Order: sequence, then structure tokens, then C-alpha cells
Amino acid sequence: MATTLTINGEQKSFDVPADMPLLWVLRDVLGMTGTKFGCGIAQCGACTVHIDGKAVRSCMLPVSAVRDRAVTTIEGVGATPVGAKVQKAWLDLEVIQCGYCQSGQIMSAAALLAATPNPDDSDIDAAMAGNICRCGTYVRIRAAIKQAASGKQS
Amino acid sequence: MSIIETAAASTVKKFSRTVSRRGLLKGGLAGGFLVAFHLPLRAANEPVQPPDVTDGKFAPNAFIRIDGAGHTTLVMPQVEMGQGVYTAVAMILAEELDADLSQVALQHAPPNDKLYGNPTFGLQVTGNSNSIRAFWKPLRIAGASARAMLVQAAASEWKVEPASCTTSKGQVTHSESGRNLSYGELATAASSETPPKDVPLKDPKDFVYIGQPLKRLDTPDKVNGKAVYGIDAMLPGMKFATLAACPVFGGKVGKVDDSAAKKIPGVQQIVVLDDLVAVVGDHMWAAKKGLEALTITWDEGPNARISSKEIWQDLRDKSEKDGVVARSEGDIAKGLSIGDKMEAAYELPFLAHATMEPLNATVHFKQDSCEIWTGTQIVSRVQAEAAKAAGLPVDKVIVNNHLLGGGFGRKLEPDMVVAAVRIAKQVEGPVKVVWTREEDIQHDVYRPVYRDVISATLSDGKIAAWKYRIAGSGVIARWLPPAFQKGIDIDAVDSAVDLPYEIPNIQVEYVRAEPPAVPTGFWRGVGPNNNVFAIECFMDELARKAGKDPIEFRRAMLTKQPRFLGALSLAAEKSGWGQPLPARVGRGVCLQPSFGSFIATVVEAEVDEQGEVHLRRVTSAVDTGIAVNPDTIMAQLEGGLIFSLTAALYGEITIEKGRVQQSNFHDYRMLRIDQAPKIDIHVIKSSEAPGGIGETGSTAGPPALRNAIYAATGVALRRLPIDRSLIAAGKKS
Repeated sequence: MATTLTINGEQKSFDVPADMPLLWVLRDVLGMTGTKFGCGIAQCGACTVHIDGKAVRSCMLPVSAVRDRAVTTIEGVGATPVGAKVQKAWLDLEVIQCGYCQSGQIMSAAALLAATPNPDDSDIDAAMAGNICRCGTYVRIRAAIKQAASGKQS
Repeated sequence: MSIIETAAASTVKKFSRTVSRRGLLKGGLAGGFLVAFHLPLRAANEPVQPPDVTDGKFAPNAFIRIDGAGHTTLVMPQVEMGQGVYTAVAMILAEELDADLSQVALQHAPPNDKLYGNPTFGLQVTGNSNSIRAFWKPLRIAGASARAMLVQAAASEWKVEPASCTTSKGQVTHSESGRNLSYGELATAASSETPPKDVPLKDPKDFVYIGQPLKRLDTPDKVNGKAVYGIDAMLPGMKFATLAACPVFGGKVGKVDDSAAKKIPGVQQIVVLDDLVAVVGDHMWAAKKGLEALTITWDEGPNARISSKEIWQDLRDKSEKDGVVARSEGDIAKGLSIGDKMEAAYELPFLAHATMEPLNATVHFKQDSCEIWTGTQIVSRVQAEAAKAAGLPVDKVIVNNHLLGGGFGRKLEPDMVVAAVRIAKQVEGPVKVVWTREEDIQHDVYRPVYRDVISATLSDGKIAAWKYRIAGSGVIARWLPPAFQKGIDIDAVDSAVDLPYEIPNIQVEYVRAEPPAVPTGFWRGVGPNNNVFAIECFMDELARKAGKDPIEFRRAMLTKQPRFLGALSLAAEKSGWGQPLPARVGRGVCLQPSFGSFIATVVEAEVDEQGEVHLRRVTSAVDTGIAVNPDTIMAQLEGGLIFSLTAALYGEITIEKGRVQQSNFHDYRMLRIDQAPKIDIHVIKSSEAPGGIGETGSTAGPPALRNAIYAATGVALRRLPIDRSLIAAGKKS
């Protein structure tokens, strides 16, 4: 199926099966490898992208379901004010270890802050519990989200 | 530009370069850390190129390269899998070199045991929390030697005494005459200097980088999608594959009906080997759908009869028999015959690693060569095993190592690369083989099941005799056979033969008990995870029998152990040990000697009536000697604690009919952010040599949690993962 998507503000055209999850279009067809494969069943959040600003697991989202909505990936999220704040907080607090899940963590956190600029702990739990980090960086993820929200180190 | 480059020839992503591997083969560890410099081969803004030193102008070099423009490239002997080693290694080299750390570029080392072998193992291994312990001195010497040669070159140029020159941030200065030369300007001249013998190292009080919580060098590219892991390798004309091995360990492929799979759009090829089937396609989606569409009849073989029940029965039987004595002091028979005696046995389950980056390797097999892209903890062994699988000489196999999306010991095995090479032999052009999460969980090399049997006697509130028997896999026996001596697996007995408590009569035994069918290997925390769990749980049961506070009970047997006492006292103070708690909330302690660090941890947990456990707070006090990067040490403890508390709460791989019953994160559960406790890590200042840190958190969590549950409820759990039904039943020991 010939498809055109708007990804990080750019038009991308390709021909893939309609049921192909967006994850594999990004990674294997477009070579945008910042979005990660973790489980394939929306259990780990490594593949999180934004569709019209909302966090979505791309491993189970058929490319045909995206339609004309805007796709933002980790490669593009830094161009949004919230995404840039999240990336900065992640580096300021040295959240990252292996980093493999962190594309997804950052995308989930950016979507949270875009919708809820001052999240409390339960907002953070609700928005971030779908993202597994095997290195166990949760304590710093929580602190970084609060810092990105407030602009102050917690 | 990415600061992390791959050293072998590669066309991955934007990088394209060629390398002289001959140049790298000279000198290095075996050659006494000779240091080389090389002239610029590139313009200032080009990506850092590995040096071409074949023209004989440059001395050999393992870790440090400085070009004429002053670009400093540090080659990383150890792999970065999240533990922060790239930053720590760079800090140590830059410290003694007096380089400007903000200006260095890092490179993954290519396979080469002579240059980059871990001094502890004699081969390239990142494991056992020993990167800094093993390389601390060699890296300092390498940095200091290079610095001395640069100073010598500057002193010759200026005709002054080397001792009158100083160095800082990539510059040599002669302050009397006000002259400066940058390392880049000195590179050519320094390359003909002789490396000094017995070069002096810095006094720790003069350290500029070491001891500072500096920012990691690998993380900027990890917030924007630019970091390249093995799974991200992209090559022109690449195909994508995924595989299925027989679900029964050791089983073979019987019959394959691929008629439906071949009709899936994007499926290109079905590869059938004796023990696995792979589908190759235009992308992973085609490969996955193709694999699902195959009808495979497996020849399951004899292991189809094996289940967890038999495995445990077998281990329990073996653990009751005498083992090989690994440590013996005093008179154990006499010691056990006097006083209050207690006995217990502790059991740990199989665990999968479940690195977030599923197993993968990309291979381009040609008739006369083979090139591989992957992330591994054992790059030289991967090269050797790949060469065997490819039927090629080792020097015809190029391995491009990458950042690892988690290792935890899984990538101390070469099986994922060997499988990819075998598949690639059947495929035209490069193929990326990615395992599904299901395949990753069901064909792991598992943390072994262990059973530890302990008996001890108490006298005057102290332990008078201690008999401790470990039964479980000899992972070292399989993985590094020469290190398996006299029936004792040095990993299996680690932290048991060196338990810190002063006990007059001790016997430690080991029974090698290999589970049938299930492959076992290293899992973050390795042998100490097992031993510290059993020892520290039993310590709390003994303390209760002696009527003592668990920390006071331990302290009384640590009179000659100031570092353990220091950690224990600090953890007690910072955790609020002894202060009142609400009902059904408890604190538990764990003290561990593992990996050359001295760590005390207190977990505070609440246990509800149904036996569900809520983690409230974790406090660790860490004496790891000189803390190269204190922030990394804190991060490793925080993360390791979460890793191990995950296992304590949920982790268990079970076997039925020769198959692993778990398959993905829905049934092999992970701790998530909404369950994560507050964690406070306190790093103790020390001038001792650095200890290991990467696995210490993994060892600390489970016994401290179990002891917190014991304190809260009186239920003495003796098996992991924690059994909520036992807690709910409230059965006291």
C-alpha cells in the first residue's frame, strides 16, 4: 500500500503492507532507528511515539491507522519546547544508563507534560507505568519529569 | 558527530571508514602499554578516524591516540551497557594524561585480546563488576606514560628540564619562560620518544576528574535517538530475519510447511537449519508474520519430559549430600554439636535476563569473509565462535561492536551471533537477525537454580559454628574451564567463602548440580546473588533466635572489619533504623562483601493482609574505595536495586515438558515506576583502590527485602520470588 505520513514535520512516502506496525516502518523502511523494539505487544513502551502529540505504542499501531495525523519520534521531539525540556532534564539528572528504553521514556514524559504541565506523583505513575526500564532508572525519571515541569532541580 | 565510533571497517549509518587492523595488533597490554601518537589523517570537522599506523611512523597504542590537531581518541577496552564504564575509563585515562575530557572522542575496541583483554580473564570480557578494578592501574599507567612522552617532547623542543614543565587540559606549559605547546602540536615529536619505565602516577589529592560526579559521555546521543545499538545497524541492501528454535531445549526441526509463509508480502526466504528455522524478509514485520505462518513439526527429543518439579527434586536431593570443601576453619563437627542449633535451606529460581534490546546480530557472509554488527560483552570470543560457524579463519571475521541495550550477563554468550552467522550463510547479502521477545525469554541462558543448606549454632549471642553448602550450576566450569579447579566453582562460592563475620568454626561446601536440559549462565550479581541471599536471610533468623537486633547481631561479629562496620552504621543511621514504624511495615538489612565493595542496605517495606508487598524506601551505604565517578556509583546502586527487587517480587522461569512457560513481559513481570521505592545511596569517602559496583545492587535488594518482610510479619520466606500466599497465611518460622 502506497502511504505518505508526516513524520517530524516531513512528508515520507513508502509502500508497505497496510497492517504493518508503524514501528517497523520507522526502523526498517525509513531507517529511523531511534524508536526501539522491545516486546511487540505494547507491554514495555520502548516503541513509544507521538500521534498528534499523544503517546502511542508504535509496535501495535498499523501504519494504515495513522492516516493524516502527525507522527513525532525521538528524532524530532527535541524540536518541541516540551521535548527539549525533557531531554535537558534527562541529561541534567543523568537519568540514562543503557539508554535503550529511554527513547520511549522521553516520548511518554513529553506527552505527559504537554497534557499536564505540573504532574503530581500519581500523574507520573499513570503516564509512565507503561514504560519498562530494565536498568531501573525510575527514581531519576520521576525526578527529571518534575524538574522539566518546574524548571528547578528537585 | 557522535562521540562514540566503531573501530572496525563499517558502513553502518553515517559512518564510513576503513581501518588498519594490523596497526592495532602491535603492543598494548602485552607490550606494556606502549603509547602512540599519530598525525592527522583528517580535517578538523571530520569524524574521528582510527589511525593508520602502518607506515611505521607511529609507536603502537592500545588506548590513547592524539592527532596533530589535538584530537584525542580513547579506545574503550570494556563495553558500555549502561554501567557508565566509558565515562569512568575516559576519566581515568584523561586524569593521568591531563587531557581535556570535554574534547575526547571514544571508540569501541575491536576484537583483540592482546591489546584489550581484561587482565583478570586474559580475554575481552566485560563482567564480574571488574572493569575498573582490573583496568584501574593499567589505564593510569597508559595515561601517565603518554603524558610523560609529551612532556619529554616539549622539554626537548624548549631545551629545558622535563621536571620544569607542567600539563593541563591537553597542553604542556613551561611557566618560567611562559611557553605552551598543545598535545596536538607535540604529537609527532612525542611519537618518537621512548615510553618511560616506572612512570609516577598522580597523588590522589591532585585528581582533577577522578572523584567528581562528571556527566556521562555516552548519554547525549541517548536522548535524541542518535545512539547506535547493535539492533540499529543498517546496511545497503540489508534483509531482515527472525527465528524460532525448538521450544524444547535441545530439540530439532522435524518438518516445515512453508506454503502459507511464502505468500506473505515481503517474505523472501525460509532458512531451515537442524535446530532452528528463520524467515528472511524485506523488514521485521514480514519476517515475523512469515514465521507465524509456518507450520513446524519439531523433533522434541528426550528433554520433552523435563519439568520444574523434577529439576527441583533433583537439586534438593543433591544439595543434601556432602560437597567439595571450599573453606574450612576450626572444628565444624564439634562446633555444631554445642549450643543452640538452627538449620535452613534457601532456594532461588531460574531467571531470564530480558535485556531491553532483544538479542540480535547483523551478518554479511561472503565466501571468503564475514562481517558482523552486534553488541557483545565478549567481542573476541564472538569473533572466534563466529569464525567456527562461518568456516573461516578468525582474521577473516570482522566484528563491529556497539553500545549494548542492557547486558546483565546475557551478552557473555555468543549464541545469538552464531545463530545469525549460520542463517547468513544461506542468505545473499547482509541480514539482520532479531529475536522476538518471546524467543529471547524462551531461549535464554538462565540464571541457575540454587539451593543452599545452612546449619549454625549460637553461643553467647554469637555464631559459634557455620556450615554452608551451595548446590547449583558451575557456570565457570562451562564458561572458563581452566578456572574450575578441584571441583570448586569460584563464582558459585563467591561471597560465601569470604563472608565477613568472625565465626570460629566454618565449613563451606560446593555441590556442582547441573539442571537437566536448561542452559545456565551468568546473571547480573552472579554467584554472590545466591550466597548473600541465603547468608543474610539466615543471619536474621539467627539474630531472632539470639534475641538480638539484626544490625547489633551482625556488628558483634565484625570487630576487625572497619569498612563493613562503617557501611552498616551509616546505613542504619540514614535509614532511621530502630525508629518506630506503622503496623505491617518492616525494615530489613543486608551486608555484602561482593565484588570488592563493602555495602550495607536497608529496605523498608509494607506488607498487606493478602501478602502483597509495597516497597517504601531503600537506603544503601557504599564503601567502594576511590569512587571514580560518584554519580555513576549511585546510579548503579539505584538501578541494581530495582533490577534485583524485580526478581525478588516477580522473577521466575518455570519449565514444563521441556519448555519455558513464560514468554514476554505480561508473564515475566518487571517492576514499574509506580512500584519503585524512594532510594537513597550514600557513598563513603575512601582512599582505598576502587571496588566493583555494577552488580552490587543486584546482590543487595532481595535479602534486605526478605528481611523487611520477616520483620513486618514474622514470616521467614526461604525461596524467591516471594510467595504472597505464605505471607498471607502468616506462617511463622
